[in-house]
Order: sequence, then C-alpha cells, then structure tokens
Amino acid sequence: MNHLINKGNKPTKTGFGEGLLEAGLRNPAVVCIGADITTSVGCNFFAEAFPLRFISLGIAEQNCIGVAAGLALEGKIPVFSTYGVFAALRTTDQIRVSLCYNNLHVVIGGAHAGVSVGPDGATHQALEDLGMMRILPNMTVLSPCDATQTRVATIAAIEQVKGPVYLRFGREAMPDFTSGTMTFEIGKSQLLVAGDDLTIIATGHMVWEALQAAEILETKGLKARVLNMHTIKPIDKEAIIRAASETGAIVTAEEHQVIGGLASAVSEVVVQNCPVRMAFVGMQDSFGESGDPGELMEKFGMTAEAIASAALRLVSRQT
Amino acid sequence: MATTIRKSVISSLARAKSGHLGGSLGLADIFTTLYFSVLTHNPLKPKWTDRDRVILSIGHVAPVLYATLAHCGYFSVEELQTLRKLGSRLQGHPGREHGLPGLELSAGSLGQGLSVAVGMAIAAKMDHKKHRIYSIHGDGELQEGSIWEAAMAASHYKLDNLIAIVDRNGLQIDGRTEEVMSLEPLAGKWQSFGWQVIECDGNSIEQLLSAFGNTGTAQNKPTVIIAETIMGKGIRSIEGDYRWHGKVPTTEKAVEFIEQLAKQ
Ligand SMILES: [Mg+2]
Repeated sequence: MNHLINKGNKPTKTGFGEGLLEAGLRNPAVVCIGADITTSVGCNFFAEAFPLRFISLGIAEQNCIGVAAGLALEGKIPVFSTYGVFAALRTTDQIRVSLCYNNLHVVIGGAHAGVSVGPDGATHQALEDLGMMRILPNMTVLSPCDATQTRVATIAAIEQVKGPVYLRFGREAMPDFTSGTMTFEIGKSQLLVAGDDLTIIATGHMVWEALQAAEILETKGLKARVLNMHTIKPIDKEAIIRAASETGAIVTAEEHQVIGGLASAVSEVVVQNCPVRMAFVGMQDSFGESGDPGELMEKFGMTAEAIASAALRLVSRQT
Repeated sequence: MATTIRKSVISSLARAKSGHLGGSLGLADIFTTLYFSVLTHNPLKPKWTDRDRVILSIGHVAPVLYATLAHCGYFSVEELQTLRKLGSRLQGHPGREHGLPGLELSAGSLGQGLSVAVGMAIAAKMDHKKHRIYSIHGDGELQEGSIWEAAMAASHYKLDNLIAIVDRNGLQIDGRTEEVMSLEPLAGKWQSFGWQVIECDGNSIEQLLSAFGNTGTAQNKPTVIIAETIMGKGIRSIEGDYRWHGKVPTTEKAVEFIEQLAKQ
C-alpha cells in the first residue's frame, strides 16, 4: 500500500553532514562551529573540505551560540552542531537572547535524538529538545524522518530560513526511504499514506514506524492516513485540521517526551479548531537508559506495534 | 560631554521611574571617550560596514548607551524621554527589533556579549576587515562562566581586533564583588587567559585615552581594559553606594542631582 521502500539503513546525522557540505560548496558565507565532537555529529565532511571556515571552539557550548550570533551579525551563516541535550538545553538562555531575540540566522544541529542513541544512556539521549526549542519566538524547528530528508532539510534550513533554526537528527543507522526529489517545504507536512479511518502524525525516526503501523492496521481493516510532520514549528495547522475533521482520530508518534513536543504541538491545533480523540506515542515523562537502540525503542513503546495498538484502542473507544 | 550624558541619564531614568542609575553614571566617561574620541563610526550611517562595533554585554546600563548615541547624533535627544515606555525604541534592556540606530545587539542576560564580540572579531579576521570590536562588561558579570569560555576562544584565535572593557566598580547588587564572589586577582586571571591587560581610572578621560591608545600594541592578543570606576560617579551623595545599582531618582532628586552636575 505504501510506495516507500527502505534503500538501506543510514544515520540521519550523515544526511546532515552531506547537506551542510553541499550548502557550503554553494555559498562561501556558510561557516561551521565545532564543539569537539565534529565527526560524531556529521560535521567532518565540511571541516575537511573547508578548514578555514571551520571554527573549533572546544567543549564550551554557551560560547558557541554567542560566537554564532556574532558571525551571523556579520553576514555569515553559522551552522553549529552538538548533541541535542547540550545544543538545546545547556544553551537555552544563549539561544533565547543572543539568537532568537536578535532573530539571527544560525542553524543548530541537534544530534543524538531520542533513545535510539542506545548504550550511552539517559544523559546523552535528547528527549526534551523539541519542546524547549519550540516555545522560543522566531525559532524554526525541523525534525526530518530519514537521512535523505535530513540532507534536504539541512540545505533548506541554511538557504531558505531567515532566523534561527533547530534541526534534529539521530545517531543510529535507520531506514532511508524518502527520495531527494520529493517536495520538501518547511512548514508543510507530507502525506505519505492516504486513509480516512484515523491519522498517524509522526516525526523523525517514528515516521518509518508509522508506515509499518499503517500496514498492520490495514490487516485489521483500518485505513490510516500517515503524515510526516518534519516541521515542528511552524506546525502545519491546515493538514492537522484536515486530518482531525476528515478522520476523526489522531495518533502522534515521536522519539521525544510526549510533553512539549509533537504531541503538544498537534494538540494545540486540534483543541482550538476541531477537537477529536488523540493518543500519544513517545516517551511518557521518563528518562531513557542504556541498551541496544531496538531494545530501547521497544521498552519505551516507540515501535510500529505500539503505534498500531494505540490506534486500535483509540478507534474502538470512539465507536 | 560626560556631564551632558550624565544629565540625560538622570532625566531619562527619572522619567522612566525604573532602571539602573549607578552603573550608567559610572560608565559615562568610558562611553564619552569611546564614542567621541576612539571609535571610527558615522552616526549618519549606522550600518556602515567598516565601522567599529560596540557590544554592550551589560544591557542594564542601556541608559548611558542611549544617551551617548543620542548626543552623537544617532537619534534625537528628545527620544531619550521615551526610555522604558510602551512602544519606545529605548527598551529597558536593548532590543534590536525596535530599530534603534547604532544599537548592535539585543542583550541583557549577563555573560553573553563577549561570545558575540568574539564571533564578530572572527568574522572580521575571515573577511580581512580592519575595524575593531569593543565589548563592555560589568565586573559582577565576570562571575558568569561563559565569559571565560569566550576569553579562552579570543586568545586561541589571536583576536587583536577585540577590546573588552570591564567596568570595575567593585560592586554588584548584593554588595561588594569581593564579598559576593571574589574576582581578584582579576588582572592575573585575564593575563593567564592570554589577554593583554591595561588597568586605568575609568572616570579619568585622560587615563582612558591613553589606555585606548595602548590597545592593539600587543599583536595577536585580545586586550582587556580594566577600568576602575565609581558607581554613581558625579553625584557625591550616591557615589560608591551599591544600593543605587538598580534604583532611580524621584523627580525632585533628579533636579537636585542635575543641579549638582551643573556646578561641576
Ligand atoms: Mg559592578
């Protein structure tokens, strides 16, 4: 039923690195700031290609944001990446005042999203970053679904946005199933599977799981609509309202706390426009832990099966 | 000119009925020296690319920046009376989105300005530009860890186009800096971070001129001017009184203060 097939597993951070390199080749104003974990967050391609445009600042994230602000004031397009837990949380005040209040075009890459980071455990699994970044005025928040889309989204973040951007990606090799020629517009979700019985709105790694969930549901006689919400802010209100009014039930799926992230963003639109029953798949207000990525996704209920059973419960409750 | 700026600071704060008087008065001589003698700038062309940049990291002393910019001709002196009012371009802490000419950065959360100045200085080096970046800091602000992250980066990148100015008045809201959280040996700290350090009396135009004149003499090093100032300078009755950090004068007091200044 869905035409999207996995071309092979690939980490989304590689897509970020490729997109950064491509944008860097096109525009000499693009510069990159490193905070010691350059290769781990995919910035090595750029750093090797443009050593004079790569600024190493060490393990000092607060300073990285301020320096990025200064570079942006002078017409550079700084891209700064580190693990999302540090990129979005250690530096929230710097991002709020130096970047957002000044409305400066800086692209922040938030790496190591979600529990699929795996064995490093809770301190390094970013699960609150989307919520933290989403509430800041002037901020754009992107959460692409696979490596190919992360490359496309990175280029769009660098070339199309005027203010600050937070772009989230993961560490583990995950299904790479979108095509580079698919239309990608910031703020416009993608309809991946048509259906009218309910809608699954997913973001990041959970989009692939949502596609599998739709197949499970089909065997139970339910046709689920699947939306890829790659932009968390500005959220695609129109598609959400349409999903609510046309399908009457919404399941959100994210590798993030259900408090503050996609679930909250979608709910805010639903309750104000077309209240329908909803269920939230994601982290249920807890920290992650060490383990294999797959094991952790299962333990914390972020799988196709978890989405499908949430959907079945939701629909049966309604009838 | 410093006296004129002090008068504007007092009257705009009295009108605003809230704000920070002490620091603004203490910094009046530094701002006068910078904007009227040191900077390469053109108030008629605030976005001129070769201008020297001034980053005010301590946004709470915005009144002295606003008064200086107005007396330089960036905007009218009358506009100073709108300080902190709804719809004003003169926000309580500087905000660029309101479009005030000559304002380089929205700031007010302490500890962030030096990083921004470092970013601007790196950009200038990348583009082979000759302008300088001046960033202005409080002494209490130096307790923020991010200042030292930025200080490390400035010397790592040999930013000799960057001059930081520390308003060393020895005071912060809770009292004396050395009691709240000691900063000494302050010059030694900057030196060990790889900076050229110049110490001077920050309320003496003569000493400030010679301090600024000595910046840029240490090649490949950023410079910090540790300027010893007196909080509330110019108004005898409040000089050195930390309770005037975040206080404003009543209308009657403001008249009295301005009269005191007129006699000097
Ligand atoms: Mg002080």
